[in-house]
Parts: sequence; C-alpha cells; structure tokens
Amino acid sequence: MAFRFCDTGPNGILPPFVERTDQELVAAVRRGDTASFEELVRKYQPRVFASARRYARRESEVEDIVQEVFIKVFQKLDSFRGDAPFEHWLMRLTVRTCYDFLRQHQRNREHPFSDLSEPERDWLERFVTEPDHATENAEAAKALVKRLLDMLSPKARLIITLLEIEERSVKEIAALTGWSVPLVKVRAFRARAEMRKCLQQLKLEQYV
Amino acid sequence: MNLAKLQEMLLAAARADRPSEHVPYAFEKRILARLAAAPQPDAWTVWARLLWRAATPCLGFTAVLVGMAFFTGALQGTPVSLGEGLETTVYAVLTEPGE
Repeated sequence: MAFRFCDTGPNGILPPFVERTDQELVAAVRRGDTASFEELVRKYQPRVFASARRYARRESEVEDIVQEVFIKVFQKLDSFRGDAPFEHWLMRLTVRTCYDFLRQHQRNREHPFSDLSEPERDWLERFVTEPDHATENAEAAKALVKRLLDMLSPKARLIITLLEIEERSVKEIAALTGWSVPLVKVRAFRARAEMRKCLQQLKLEQYV
Repeated sequence: MNLAKLQEMLLAAARADRPSEHVPYAFEKRILARLAAAPQPDAWTVWARLLWRAATPCLGFTAVLVGMAFFTGALQGTPVSLGEGLETTVYAVLTEPGE
C-alpha cells in the first residue's frame, strides 16, 4: 500500500470535520489517504494501550507494542474483509502482537518471589492469619499478581488474562487468539494448573 | 493455607486493577512518521519474497514425488551407475524408438 500525505484538500484548505464510520476510514486509507489512518489510530489507540499494559510492565515496551500493532494494521489493511467490525479485527491483531511480545520476553520467570517487598510480605502474612481481611491493601495484592503473571508461560498468561482478568468468554478468546474453542478450554485448564503450581512456590519459599 | 482462595483473591485484585488508557502526546504522529520512513518494497523484492515462499512447497512436492516413485517401483528400471544414466539421457534424442 502506498503511503502519501494528503492532510489538506486540493486547494490546500482543510476539509470540514465530519465524523466518518470505520468502514469509510478504512476505504479512504486503502485509497492512500494517510489522514484517515491518523483518525483511526487516534480513535482506537486508548483501547490498544490499555490492552498492551496488561502484558508489558515498562511504558517503553507498551509503546513498542502499540506501535507494532498499528504498523501491522496499516500493512494488513488490505486483508480486512469487513465481515466483522474493524474494532474486532484490530483487537485480534493486538492480542496476537501481545502474545508475540510475551513469547519474545520471557523474563523474570525463574524466581520472581525471591525478592518480595515489605508490603507484599505483610499482605501474605495477613492472608495466612486473617484471609477475609487480606484485601485491605490492594496495592500489594496487585503487585503480587503481577509477579505471579510474570511466572506463567506466554500461553498461560494470555489465557488467564483474557479469561480470568478480562472475564471474556471461551468463544471470544477463540476469536481473538485464532485458537479453536476446545483448544482454549484445554489451555485454560493447563493455565489454571500452572498458576496453582506457581502459588505452591510461595508456600515452598515459606512466604505463606 | 488455602491456595485456591489466595488465587481467587489475587485474580480479584487484578480485575480491580484496570489498566490506564492514557496515550502519550502525539503518539499517532509517531506512528505516521514511522510508516513514512519505512522503505516501500520494490517489485524485485516482492518477486524474491514470493520465490522464497514457493521454495518450501516445491521441495515438499519433489520429496513426495520421489517417495511415490520409490515405493511404486518406478525407479527400478533406472541404470545402475550414474555415468550410464547420464549417457542414456544425453543420447536419448539420438536413439531410435525401436532400439
């Protein structure tokens, strides 16, 4: 697809702002109108940023993921048939890019529980003594769950994030990942088992 | 110690932690600049890419044909030595059909 700038009209004057549908924007981008692509990016980048932040910790990594997603969108726009809404297609690309990121950055999976912070230890101790009152310090719990997710394999992390955290249905996950429904179910079962195994490590390391 | 409950609590904490939708200033401009800077592939690059993609299926197809020829016995009539085979092939045009 050729890339050219055409921000202004033929007489050099910006056209009046009219909100166009996704289909219209996509058709315009296919014709080479870059301004329409900018509009698409501006419209959907908050959602893509939020999704990417589920999988990457550093802001620079999040920006890299989002950038890659939109570059893929631009390059693959010709393959978008328009059967489903553009947003669904975009989210599929986002999830797949995030999954690729996880596979490329399998770091900190060895001993993420070895250096727990003071609030995290306090939260765990409180959980052992008074499980019902352990949610008081939610920040420590959020930090702990991030460590836990870092320990999981990319497949397990993706499934746990989509199924348990974003609370999506198996069918939705199948559509987002491109996996079949039975495969999603099998991977969800394995992911939960993997998560329990990681929590066992906490017990072994005597935090709990 | 109830690990199932701990797991559920941690997941609940993760659910409560909604990621921010904040976008860095003029991020869309950065993407457009990146796209503008990307080199456009020329016709030869596209052609070479297609050829490389076709190489694997061609090799696979060749392997299947060789396998089929081997198992169906089509190779049994081939000459024993390589030299003899080459000679037969080179002189095939000159050789009369009845010979």
